[in-house]
Amino acid sequence: MPKPPEIVLKVQGLRIEATSYPPGEAPREVVLVQDVSFALEKGKVLGLIGESGAGKSTIGLASMAYGRGGVRITGGQVWLKGRDILQGRARDLRDLRGRQVTYVAQSAAAAFNPARQLMEQVIETTLSHGLATRAEAEARAVALFTRLGLPNPESIGKRYPHQVSGGQLQRVMTAMALCPQPDLVVFDEPTTALDVTTQIEVLAAIKEAIHLTGVAALYITHDLAVVAQVSDDIMVLRGGRMVEYGTVQQIIEEPREEYTRALVSVRSIDHAEKADGAAAVLSVANVTARYRGTKFDVLKTVTLDLPAGQTLAVVGESGSGKSTLARVITGLLPAAKGRITFSGRVLAPALADRSKDDLRELQMIYQMADVAMNPRQTVGTIIGRPLEFYFGLKGEAKRARVQDLLEQIEMGRGFIDRYPAELSGGQKQRVCIARALAAKPRLIICDEVTSALDPLVADGILKLLLNLQAQEGVAYLFITHDLATVRAIADRIAVMYRGEVVRYGPKSQVLAPPFDDYTDLLLSSVPEMQLGWLENVIATRKMHSAGN
Amino acid sequence: MRRIPLAALIGLVFTGGYFFCAIFAGWIAPYGMAEVVGDSWEPWSATHWLGTDSIGRDLLSRMIWGGQTTIFVATAATVLSFTLGASLGFLAAVRGGWVDQVLSRLVDLVMSIPSLISALVVLSVMPVTLPILILVMGLLDATRVFRLSRAVAVDITVMDYVEAARLRGERQGWIIFREILPNALSPLIAEMGLRFIFMVLFISTLSFLGLGVQPPMADWGGIVKENKEGIVYGIPAALIPAFAISTLAISVNLVADWVLTRTTSLKGGRGA
Repeated sequence: MPKPPEIVLKVQGLRIEATSYPPGEAPREVVLVQDVSFALEKGKVLGLIGESGAGKSTIGLASMAYGRGGVRITGGQVWLKGRDILQGRARDLRDLRGRQVTYVAQSAAAAFNPARQLMEQVIETTLSHGLATRAEAEARAVALFTRLGLPNPESIGKRYPHQVSGGQLQRVMTAMALCPQPDLVVFDEPTTALDVTTQIEVLAAIKEAIHLTGVAALYITHDLAVVAQVSDDIMVLRGGRMVEYGTVQQIIEEPREEYTRALVSVRSIDHAEKADGAAAVLSVANVTARYRGTKFDVLKTVTLDLPAGQTLAVVGESGSGKSTLARVITGLLPAAKGRITFSGRVLAPALADRSKDDLRELQMIYQMADVAMNPRQTVGTIIGRPLEFYFGLKGEAKRARVQDLLEQIEMGRGFIDRYPAELSGGQKQRVCIARALAAKPRLIICDEVTSALDPLVADGILKLLLNLQAQEGVAYLFITHDLATVRAIADRIAVMYRGEVVRYGPKSQVLAPPFDDYTDLLLSSVPEMQLGWLENVIATRKMHSAGN
Repeated sequence: MRRIPLAALIGLVFTGGYFFCAIFAGWIAPYGMAEVVGDSWEPWSATHWLGTDSIGRDLLSRMIWGGQTTIFVATAATVLSFTLGASLGFLAAVRGGWVDQVLSRLVDLVMSIPSLISALVVLSVMPVTLPILILVMGLLDATRVFRLSRAVAVDITVMDYVEAARLRGERQGWIIFREILPNALSPLIAEMGLRFIFMVLFISTLSFLGLGVQPPMADWGGIVKENKEGIVYGIPAALIPAFAISTLAISVNLVADWVLTRTTSLKGGRGA
């Protein structure tokens, strides 16, 4: 008779609160998480999914009885192997953390001590809890390195964090978490900061390691397609409350709640490719660029055309030169060789030599809307400045135009006197779009504009950009690493790899076989919301990511 | 408006008091600045609240007139050092390249000599008047402000919003005063409180050494100098200006701390 499965973690009626200090108001209590209950068996993985602010990480940390920065667990119970750890004293908790529960953080680069060798850090908790001798711990670590597919498992522990790639570092951290042989591992967005081509390999390694060691795991992410690959069960969270809790199959294939359905079917944009025929607003011909004082070409003879009123998506992993291309086009990094033609005029390579009209017609939107707006200026000043600077609008005329623009980005006139800190992430990005639009540009360079946003919010921004293109006839140079975004918005696509354009053409051609090796790798790495997708891809891919 | 914390309130009262006395010295001081009204080192009495000094001038009046000079010189020098230091510091950060190199190395050069020594050298060859004092102190101290404002501005110039302003074609003036300055204000204000106090100490030191404010004009450092012999005979006249300097230092810093927390918690401020 089979033994009943062992419950490793059981959470009941969890309630977590914090004190918030809104600017200019009295502090108030906010409830971050309420009424969350779940149970996790040995060897199983529970995916916690939701947008930012859903309380995923807070719940993850609560499972080791920890609250970050003034966060308090005010109700419910957390049972770890039959013991209510919320009742534990500080000493008990110290003993528990790093022995029974371990944690894998999102940014491995920030979580490792740069001054110590990897091996020292991997076996640190194992040694400090006295779980093994140094030799045993090192042997364990090497076995884990091998299992996680790290190169040179015998010697990689001698390296320092900056000597390995981001994907490798994330795997080393997974080894660190597994080394003390815990009962439960909390993975907090372990692949979110990685390139899509690297993510898939780390994901496969994590899945394999969980499977072989038989630990229970909480897997926190905002990407449903990722969590579908590694989890057994999924809990969907929104605003600190449980929306839906079920098996992966049920959540993906027959979601019951409206919100889950929206998450599953996100990227609902249907964008037909525009006919090829309009004159080019931007032509980049044989552009080569390097940073000052280096001998390495970051861009190698890049040639591209962007027809007026269309969208050219530039895709590639980090380090492929896509953002450098934007810097060269804007003149921040003057091209070493080659020519850029914009609206029929040849652009001066350096920003300082360009005419005011060239500057006005070429606008830019950034990835991090937070730092793209001066925190000390109101929305009205931020959007109003280009109006005043380029068109000499002042006073009431300027204010009226800013309000029109606010309407155009679907935000409403009331936002004019707000400060950036008083806006949500999506609203901030909309204000940046309005600022670009205020200059009446012919081309907007969008540098990863949706990467920092939650999927549903990003979807809204993409729809807005498409609407604005239809109304204003503005062209977009859309830089992204996210192929789903490309499918949604592009008319033409350029695939970049190590400073070169490896594939370029209309969307329908670029995304249709036969593929070159790199495009194949890139396309096949995008997680799909489909069970068993990960195993299929790993088995059939031809090339490995440059990041590994 | 939130409630003012107690420490800041104490600081405000003292600072306000000192500045009030300084501004209205002509009305408040019971006697003239250099008027001899009694014997030397008379004890505290109803007519002379703090007694008299080494040559029989009313000490309270000397303190009030002296406070006026000290505070005026320190304030003027602080304003000068901040205007100059912050503008050049921001310029160095925004321009970079050779502008930054020339300015920074020049500042290094000046900073490599202790400022008291440079001041003494300059003041011993120049006529010691108030404008010269202010100029020397302000210029020497501007190097410190330059360092701080350059460091703060270098962090800000790499922000995307500054890049956005550059791409828009904004001039340097806009970038420095509209994009950088508002975001650099908090550390600068905190530094200003501190610098003001250093200025008070600086002018007092110079006067004590005889190269600052010249008699018969009063200032706190000078009063210490004039009355220092009295200490041997148990006469506290020299300690009173010392007490004034330290209470002013503490109270100004209490206010600066409070202003700092106020401005950082403003909407979207750095470190809010």
